[in-house]
Amino acid sequence: MGLSLNHYLVLGAVLFCIGLYGALAKRNAVAVLMGIEIMLNAVNITMVAFSFYNKVAPYSTYLTGQIFAIFIITVAAAEAAVALAMIIAIYRRRSTVDVGEIDIMKW
Amino acid sequence: MDLVTIIFWIVAAILVGSALLVVTQRNIVHSALALVVVFAMAAGIYLLLNAEFIAIVQILIYAGAVTILILFALMLTRTNNIQTASNPNNKQWWLAVVVCALVGAVIVYAAGVSPHAVAFDGNGSGQLPAGISNVVRIGQLLYSPTTYSYVLPFEIASLVLLVAIVGAIVIGRED
Repeated sequence: MGLSLNHYLVLGAVLFCIGLYGALAKRNAVAVLMGIEIMLNAVNITMVAFSFYNKVAPYSTYLTGQIFAIFIITVAAAEAAVALAMIIAIYRRRSTVDVGEIDIMKW
Repeated sequence: MDLVTIIFWIVAAILVGSALLVVTQRNIVHSALALVVVFAMAAGIYLLLNAEFIAIVQILIYAGAVTILILFALMLTRTNNIQTASNPNNKQWWLAVVVCALVGAVIVYAAGVSPHAVAFDGNGSGQLPAGISNVVRIGQLLYSPTTYSYVLPFEIASLVLLVAIVGAIVIGRED
């Protein structure tokens, strides 16, 4: 039994759910960010898998999924830098990184 | 089972296991170190899919830069007890489990019944013209404005990075 696209899609789905759990259930803001990074990696795996299994003649040479993955990696790096700067700024003011206690914008 | 299938199952098992370690460890530094394994194994999956350039970029940016950034943030933010209570769950963690199980079930169901997924069955190609490697093709697509290319998104991405650098410095600096 060889590999098919569904193997990679299910792997991406499982990884996405683990990352979603990390983003929803954690108190530490850095752990929430780790969950988001895992979710982005899951999406990247599905993107590259779609690019690999695309056989339609001119479009398979355009590598759209891999280009998408490159842009996702770029935006994820920028997002990690800004998010960690925000976490450090919040920690400097309030001495906590617990997302349950950072409720100054709560209505 | 051929070699590629065996490698896929080994890499996928390590990937899912270390991702579970990231979300279940009580010590957040251990979570960050398990995250390195997640990123490295994802690079292995990209290699199986003939995407060498993405695999190298994954190692360089994720396993190198992002992990170091996360470890620096952990170093600069002190929590009460790093050994046992630095990575706690919140009160609604069981609700998060339910939500994640539902989302996963919906995604797997949709992937199973989608006509596109069925049509993509069988051996993957990822075929490029002879003499053109993956890195060469991505370079042509990103940089050459004469053919089908992604020059404009590439420039916008560089602008995004510039804004992110400036924003990170402005947000993170001491007053």
